[in-house]
Amino acid sequence: MKALALQLLPSAYHGCTAALPMTDPLQEFFIESLENLEQYDAGLLVLEKNPDSPKVISSIFRTLHTIKGTCGFLALHKLEAIAHAGENLLALVRDGSIPFTRSIASALLATGDAIRSIISELENTQKEGDGDYSALIERLVQLQKPEASPSQHLPAPSAAGPETDQSVAEAELPIESKALEGTIRVHVETLDTLMNLVGELVLTRNQITQFSVAQNSAPLQSAAQRLSQLTSELQDRMMKTRVQPIDTLWSKIPRTLRDLAELCHKKVRLRTEGGETELDRTVLDAIKDPLTHLLRNSVDHGIETPEVRIAAGKPPEGTISLRAFHAAGLVTIEIVDDGGGINLDRVKARALERRLITQDIADQMSERDLINLIFLPGFSTADKVSLVSGRGVGMDVVKTQIEKIGGIVEMTSTFGKGTTCRIKIPLTLAIIPVVIIGCCGERFAIPQSNLLEVIRIDQNLVIEHVRDVPVARLRGNLLPVVHLKDTLKLAPVSPPTLQHLAILNVGARQFGLVVDSIHEAEEVVVKPIGRALISLACFAGSTILRDGRISLILDVFGIGSQANLLQSNTQSAANVKPVDASAEKSTDHSDLKELLVFQVGGTRAAVPLEFVHRLEEFPRQDIEHCAGKCVIQYGHEILPLIFLAKVMGLPETMADASIFQTIIYHHNGHPLGLVIEAVEMIVKEKLETRTTGKRTGVMGSAVIGKRVTELVDVEEIIRIYAPEFSEVYA
Amino acid sequence: MSATRQICTFLLGENLFGLDVNCVLEVIRTQPVTKVPLAPEAVYGLINLRGQIVTAIDLRRRLDLAVPAEDHPLKMSIIIKTPDGPLCFPIDDVGDVIEVSQDLLEPAPDTMTSNARKMIDSVCKLSSQLLVILRSDFSVLAGV
Repeated sequence: MKALALQLLPSAYHGCTAALPMTDPLQEFFIESLENLEQYDAGLLVLEKNPDSPKVISSIFRTLHTIKGTCGFLALHKLEAIAHAGENLLALVRDGSIPFTRSIASALLATGDAIRSIISELENTQKEGDGDYSALIERLVQLQKPEASPSQHLPAPSAAGPETDQSVAEAELPIESKALEGTIRVHVETLDTLMNLVGELVLTRNQITQFSVAQNSAPLQSAAQRLSQLTSELQDRMMKTRVQPIDTLWSKIPRTLRDLAELCHKKVRLRTEGGETELDRTVLDAIKDPLTHLLRNSVDHGIETPEVRIAAGKPPEGTISLRAFHAAGLVTIEIVDDGGGINLDRVKARALERRLITQDIADQMSERDLINLIFLPGFSTADKVSLVSGRGVGMDVVKTQIEKIGGIVEMTSTFGKGTTCRIKIPLTLAIIPVVIIGCCGERFAIPQSNLLEVIRIDQNLVIEHVRDVPVARLRGNLLPVVHLKDTLKLAPVSPPTLQHLAILNVGARQFGLVVDSIHEAEEVVVKPIGRALISLACFAGSTILRDGRISLILDVFGIGSQANLLQSNTQSAANVKPVDASAEKSTDHSDLKELLVFQVGGTRAAVPLEFVHRLEEFPRQDIEHCAGKCVIQYGHEILPLIFLAKVMGLPETMADASIFQTIIYHHNGHPLGLVIEAVEMIVKEKLETRTTGKRTGVMGSAVIGKRVTELVDVEEIIRIYAPEFSEVYA
Repeated sequence: MSATRQICTFLLGENLFGLDVNCVLEVIRTQPVTKVPLAPEAVYGLINLRGQIVTAIDLRRRLDLAVPAEDHPLKMSIIIKTPDGPLCFPIDDVGDVIEVSQDLLEPAPDTMTSNARKMIDSVCKLSSQLLVILRSDFSVLAGV
């Protein structure tokens, strides 16, 4: 069969990716209604504070009226009935026949929710659904009787009423803003398609520029230059079409807050500032959940109940302030509450209780480090502390989500005064600066926000191994190392003459990534990797480089977890250190420690000298067996023996030795024998523990006397291999 | 006179396949492909289609066809559009667009392996050979 070109217009292709025009009257009705309902909710909240604002009443009345009218036209009877009942109630309020009460507000908010759920049902199934709303309608009818709830009259706005006097309230409500004139609704996908095309235009521009230089023709060059300028400007403008003010996100918050406050029996008012700050809509989407979570924490754990607040000399109503502003190329969002703040003693106690830190570390932790403890995964499940003082619920999730988009979360708190959470996020996710690296003939992009530095691997920086785990020494610290070639299972090409170590940070942890070559830094447009490959955690997306080739963008989180680096392990104290100690502060936490360094199973290991009672040699024949354990008579006591090589999974080089070198280790004041191979030395070292993959009985590794040494976690070994010992004596 | 369908035919090795012409966007020379490490074997790579990144799927591996040990480059590609986005299939050669009558279509034989069977819309009994018509469904073809 001969090849036969199949001619299809390129435009057909664009037709398929661009959004369908919104010609469907039903679709138009959905979008319009949902938008109006947002204003409707906001209006009701204003009314609740300030029942006497005719403008707001007529605005929300209009919303229901429009929905009712359109429903009649589209034969949506269920929706019509609900809107009708709500409208009747509102009409009475508008005419002043009945006062606006809290229960009316709740019923009308519920009406809005009901309309929303029917609309979403309609969008999904084209039917109104089988939800039964007769109770709601009944409630709306009941409320039309003036005596329905006389006890809950809202107070008339008094002079004492804080920030929501009427002028503010009405100004806050965007009633048919004039800004809407001269705008049209464009589907986001249409903009995305345009962005793609602009991206292609940039590539073509680059090629033309290259040709024009080669052609050496002045008119061509000046034309190419103009094309270049126009293209850049077009790209800039295009980017700006995708931004939205953060208000689009914030406008939904008052409603959430009202429900939350009601649920927690607290009084909360919201202040917002900087709602006009613009962000790319993908960023807005990404921060939506973390922001809601932080607000929930503020209401649930931060703000106290009115009684407590009055007792503490605060106004009964708590304040949560949201502030957004641009600073240093990032957008900062602050969530400030004037609640109880974080009780650091409780945080410390809880972290100790959950074995997230040791007493030693805890004593040396700064206030800031202590607050950061609440971001630890293990902390979040602490339900008790979250009720009393904490903030623990899912803070690690918030942190992860923010860090995923290249942002950071900071928390400051004054106990009794309140808490401030500061989120710093990039303006856009669509264009990010990356560094292009090469490995096995392929090119990959690493986001610069994850890249700390790049070091050439030569005689000054060699990759060493702790057992089979590769590590590198970087300025005295041990850094876990990951080979990109192995992690991505790349087909090897001829061995590269030169390799580089890219130091990456994931949250507050760091690791080194071995790559072949480092190419240029570039600002790239991030494109999704496609539905078929979405499950690949190692890639954050893809991009098209200047030469038109596709490059995959590495997801540093994904690479780290693929290499088993980022397993959160809440048992080992050593694991906490990299989390809470930022690089420049890490020395503050490590102190000068005396260590006994010894050989075991062909590896160099160390234990803290303070617990070492003495060193003994025991002949093999003295060893006795008792209850399945090796023991030895030692003075008046029976000394349990633990063969370190065995419990650490090392080769047992001592199996047929006639004399056992033993460390008499004091555990809770009682001795225990650790059988080793040979004692090497006692050192006084500043310990810089690095976790290099979790293994039983190993706390981490450190460089001692210029050699990698494993730190034995004796407590853990005792817990696992001699539990009865620790129970009996403890 | 029964209803007819227009099918765009193509060759993978010696096998004749077809896709409904309405879902075929275009046929292009295979573009430079970016390999995706760790991806399923059937993922051929990613191609740049006028600024849009499209996943290329090796249909031979999806359909359990023999892939020669010394694999030759598949020089043509069919791009299809689906509600879930476009997909690219590198192929050996593109054939005619033919009109087939519904009478000639039959379901895939029951004895087929379930994996390949899911992807097959129907089998058309052409006079010269059998034409296997594939379903134009993103998930089914891409195997996600």
